[in-house]
Amino acid sequence: MSQAPAPETVDALLPEVAALIVEALNLEMAPEEIAPDAPLFGEGLGLDSIDVLEIALVISKQYGFQLRSDNADNVRIFASLRALTAYIASQRTK
Amino acid sequence: MNALPLISGLDLDGTFAWLPTGPRRVRDFLADARALAERLPAGGALLNLCHDRYRFAVGFAAGLLAGKVSLQPASQSAETLRRIGDDFPDVVCLCDGDFDTQDLPRCDFPDLSAADPGQVADIPRISSDRVAAILFTSGSTGLPQPHRKTWGRLVANGRAEAAALGLDRTPHVLVGTVPVQHSFGFESTFLLALHGRCAFWAGKPFYPQDIAAALDAVPRPRLLVTTPFHLSTLLASGIELPAIDQLLSATAPLSSTLAAEAEARSGAPLDEIYGSTESGQLAHRRTTAGAEWTLLPGIRLEQDADRTWACGGHVEGRVPLSDRIELLPDQRFLLHGRHTDLINIAGKRTSLAYLNHQIAAVPGVVDAAFFLPDDEAPDGITRLTAFVVAPTLDSRRLLAALRQRIDPLFLPRPAIFVDALPRNSTGKLPRSGLQALYAQKVQHGGR
Repeated sequence: MSQAPAPETVDALLPEVAALIVEALNLEMAPEEIAPDAPLFGEGLGLDSIDVLEIALVISKQYGFQLRSDNADNVRIFASLRALTAYIASQRTK
Repeated sequence: MNALPLISGLDLDGTFAWLPTGPRRVRDFLADARALAERLPAGGALLNLCHDRYRFAVGFAAGLLAGKVSLQPASQSAETLRRIGDDFPDVVCLCDGDFDTQDLPRCDFPDLSAADPGQVADIPRISSDRVAAILFTSGSTGLPQPHRKTWGRLVANGRAEAAALGLDRTPHVLVGTVPVQHSFGFESTFLLALHGRCAFWAGKPFYPQDIAAALDAVPRPRLLVTTPFHLSTLLASGIELPAIDQLLSATAPLSSTLAAEAEARSGAPLDEIYGSTESGQLAHRRTTAGAEWTLLPGIRLEQDADRTWACGGHVEGRVPLSDRIELLPDQRFLLHGRHTDLINIAGKRTSLAYLNHQIAAVPGVVDAAFFLPDDEAPDGITRLTAFVVAPTLDSRRLLAALRQRIDPLFLPRPAIFVDALPRNSTGKLPRSGLQALYAQKVQHGGR
């Protein structure tokens, strides 16, 4: 994995990724309602595997890299909006 | 009593599966299955929760050798596990991950490296009338319905599918994006290996890049077993595809546009399978060649009034179908949509009756109804809406309770809280009323 991005880089990117998720999944909520540190699955936003594929697709289009499930960090990547955003910041090619 | 081999069409040194470490021969597989059979706890039922297709296969075969039936429920929710525990008190869960089996006893997939393939001298035979697997659907009554599959019918299904797709003449390596426990994956990635001369990739690739890597890891010819949703994400990702020699899709209708794009991008023919958990696989078609389906060898369709029944071949008994069907000459037919309140999201089936039963049972819910909007996007996933009368609950608590009872795919998105449902004077809830409520609350911005 690449170098960890600076916290302020992640904070700055959070609203954009939140908006991407809400739009991709057609969620009935405003992007700022997604708590950055709440889990995206189960008790939090309650996403499922279909959602992950939808999110992965828009991430690949928007940020120019592909997700892989043999990545050991996979559970951590989708642990929260902040974790996902940090991963995007570290992997993006555009 | 008639007995059929565990594997046909391959000899002991034939390749049965591909793991990241390389090929597994039939004899390796049989040695693993025998070793596992000796270690499984006593009991008549096995809930095989292995994610890895090869470990599932070893578990299934070990269960057959040890006299256990394979239970394959449609979901793995806490409610489903509780019900299985009630109906099969001696069930054991076979796990290869950290899945929470609740109160059910579990057996973690053991290290079988000591199994000796050199000791394997023959392929075991299994009585053809033995119930080898029970697949579950959620019936229209709202309760899970078991569908018992005898060993003889499973063997016949694998052989019929291989013959219809030409795989018995040209065996392929199967790469599946679908879980092996559910009917399509069970038939098209597992039975096709046992009785269709194919070998399978042990993984279940998820992201587009995983699918490409899995295809790259196995020799040609390769068959990708997938769904319209996975296929459309794969193509939309724009990644470079390794060579694919054949494509197979099922679980939801595939648009001819997506089928044509998939064939153009891969250069491979794409076949669709029509079937159900109740009946097994019934027919196939090359989607780009037209709307007509061709029955698999031995299958018959019979009609009375507007109902259609499947029988013959590997079908257990006479199975009513939930689709409206127009019979054509020469073993062909057309599909004209569904009859009932059965719904299918991403290949998982349930019924509105079942979901309504589950949501009504949540403490605090006064009245509730699920609603499936008309399809908006072909090959996409349409989500359910639920209208809920529950003055003491909020969305978060409702969803937490529902998550205990139903598969996450069927969770309402969104759940709309209302003061009352539009029931008519007889207490019925016509779809038109829900449609109007949906238009008012969701389509026109009910935020």
